[in-house]
Amino acid sequence: MGFVIDATLIAFLALIAIAALRRKRLFGMVMLSGAFSLVAATLFVVLDAVDVAFTEAAVGAGISTVLALATLSLVKAEEKPHSIAIVPALLALVTGLLLSIAVSDLPEYGAADAPIHNHVAPEYIIGSEEKIGVPNVVTSVLASYRGYDTFGETVVIFTAAIAVLLIISGWTRRETEITDSTEDDHAG
Amino acid sequence: MTSLFAQWNYFLVIILMMLGFYAVIARGNMVKKMVGLNIFQTSVFMLYISMGKVTSGTAPILTGDSSTVYSNPLPHVLILTAIVVGVATTAVGFALIIRIQESFGSIEDDEITEMMDDASAASEGRS
Amino acid sequence: MQDDPVIRVIAKVLIPTMMLFALYVQFHGDYGPGGGFQAGVIFAAAFILNATVFGLNRGRHVWPARLNLMAIALGVLIYGGTGVATMVLGENFLSYNALSDDPMAGQHLGILLVEFGVGLTVAAVMVALFFAFAGRVSHVRLLNKTRAHEKALKEKAEDSAND
Repeated sequence: MGFVIDATLIAFLALIAIAALRRKRLFGMVMLSGAFSLVAATLFVVLDAVDVAFTEAAVGAGISTVLALATLSLVKAEEKPHSIAIVPALLALVTGLLLSIAVSDLPEYGAADAPIHNHVAPEYIIGSEEKIGVPNVVTSVLASYRGYDTFGETVVIFTAAIAVLLIISGWTRRETEITDSTEDDHAG
Repeated sequence: MTSLFAQWNYFLVIILMMLGFYAVIARGNMVKKMVGLNIFQTSVFMLYISMGKVTSGTAPILTGDSSTVYSNPLPHVLILTAIVVGVATTAVGFALIIRIQESFGSIEDDEITEMMDDASAASEGRS
Repeated sequence: MQDDPVIRVIAKVLIPTMMLFALYVQFHGDYGPGGGFQAGVIFAAAFILNATVFGLNRGRHVWPARLNLMAIALGVLIYGGTGVATMVLGENFLSYNALSDDPMAGQHLGILLVEFGVGLTVAAVMVALFFAFAGRVSHVRLLNKTRAHEKALKEKAEDSAND
């Protein structure tokens, strides 16, 4: 049963991805990539990651799409026609094969005795109840056990915002006006 | 063949991953590259989340019943923060695309390379 | 979009609901799916909806850019400050047990503070990103309009000079 649901959702994702990449009109492509995020969120619910699904639905289908659309209103909305590039396709195929060989060393999907489930995860699940008293284990790991990581991630988001503001916020306006007027002077 | 069936989720995710990878390296349009990067990124997330799944387990929110099997919460935490960081870095990429469009008037890889080659050839000819 | 009554009324109903839902997600994150990251994004979505329906200027009026910049920094400061506070109280960085006599209450308080810091930063960052991109769009449109206008004026002046 699990196989049927997962395989259907992933096949659906692959179809959306191919449709998005074949689009020449970038608007349709951005909308399809929003749909991709939404279906990915559904897959995350099936895989028991409710917090991740929540975030993916809010961020991937919401904010990313808005930012991509804002970008599209400033750039040419149509892609130059392209044929299938053979060398990159071969490269992707070979990389995929290598990854498949590597993946076949991983433990079975869903196995309860895989190393990942026997290291710190049981401690987190028990500790979340006994030491922290927070029923949502993801929250207690995020904010308490792995507080350092989350602090780092918050700083990364902070830095990214500063970078975007420096790249495209108002400071360049005076600059463009000055260069424009000097160009006009030369022309005149 | 048994391993192929026991690990189907990983193989399916790799197919998705390679679709995104192909878009990143083959396509010249930068917005398309960003969308390919997003597909690649989401499939990496799926790979991580698949590893945390336990058969017949449930979401890691404690029920108070000691016999409940929970999926591994650790990958969920890593990916949860990675998604938000991902959108922040994607925004930096889009901001750079906007500036490239303003300076070159194009967001196609080959056109920009051509322009830069022309510019360097012109400056060499002048000197 | 500003003139469409249906969109305006729907947005007016939706915006407070979204904000309330964001607060629920923020503070119920201990017991169900949710937390600072999701709540921040949903809270920012309310501001973005407000700005898309009622116009950028009104959106900026509701939540000024200067305040928003401060909120970005304040969220990180709350997170780091919680860590420093636990150090001052004699524990390691971000060991919330020190925040209260009862370790469990300390953990609850620490998680609440830290999640609030994360939510504040994420919400403010998303709003800042949206306003940076949308502001660029309107800025470039204005610039093109001014250029076209100047060009037209110049042509007019040349025409009259030729006459």
